[in-house]
Amino acid sequence: MIQVFAFYLFATLCIFSGAVTILARNPVHSVLWLILAFFNAAGLMVLVGAEFIAMLLVIVYVGAVAVLFLFVVMMLDIDFAELRAGFIRNFPLGLALAVVLFVELFVGLVVHGKGGVALGKADGSAPQAAGMSNIEAIGALLYSRYLFLFEAAGIVLLVAMIGAIVLTHRQRTDTRGQNIAKQNARRPDEATINLQPEVGKGVQI
Amino acid sequence: MIGIEHYLVVSSILFVLGVLGIFLNRKNVIIILMAIELILLSVNLNLVAFSAFLHDLVGQVFAMFVLTVAAGEAAIGLAILVIYFRGRGTIAVDDVNRMKG
Repeated sequence: MIQVFAFYLFATLCIFSGAVTILARNPVHSVLWLILAFFNAAGLMVLVGAEFIAMLLVIVYVGAVAVLFLFVVMMLDIDFAELRAGFIRNFPLGLALAVVLFVELFVGLVVHGKGGVALGKADGSAPQAAGMSNIEAIGALLYSRYLFLFEAAGIVLLVAMIGAIVLTHRQRTDTRGQNIAKQNARRPDEATINLQPEVGKGVQI
Repeated sequence: MIGIEHYLVVSSILFVLGVLGIFLNRKNVIIILMAIELILLSVNLNLVAFSAFLHDLVGQVFAMFVLTVAAGEAAIGLAILVIYFRGRGTIAVDDVNRMKG
């Protein structure tokens, strides 16, 4: 019974926050609702015993992708001072939200510990993890049979990283930076000049 | 009792929401990217549900690769967004015609 309750809790919240993600006017609110949607999807995955993918979802999406979205949204369009003004005031709300998200994942884990959700009967003859935890089994699979695919995934991430850096990097000419070689090549006799200007005249440098 | 069908319903609703998001927010490319993330999330949910249903871990391994590609896609997409904003001063993408495609 508690499985059904947890499933409907996660599913309802996931769909609701997905809907608000695409309907919100403020992109920052959109990103925050997207984070909630990902948390609830992670809860749904924990419910069927896929803890590794669930944790990966939380770490990769909430930790990296959502933060990247927030960064870009705030860098481009949003009035930053206005966001900064309510920081202290909104802090209790943020803390409460973090607690709620954590408790949700905790509920999923507890429910799975009490037997989990049995998703019908298996009718395939596919390999399955025998007596191992989910993370152990995935690790055994990932580092043996799918090793080259795993490395290919690493290359995909490397290419994405290099691509993002190359796309956004630029040499700015309108800023005045420090030229260390020019500073070191400077000598005292060319750095100072003696002038004796007449009274009432300026100095031409 | 919760079965594979419930998971499929949830993931299909999420998928439809993602597609709807692309259609509703045609101007704001940030929301479009988020909608794509929602679609990939629903795909991952499907893969994990079937992996649990068939007692086959390959689905979860594949979901991890989908996650990898989604992360790369988000990074590249946001980088393109940044340079687009730098050149145009706006992120309205409904009238992009710079490449005359």
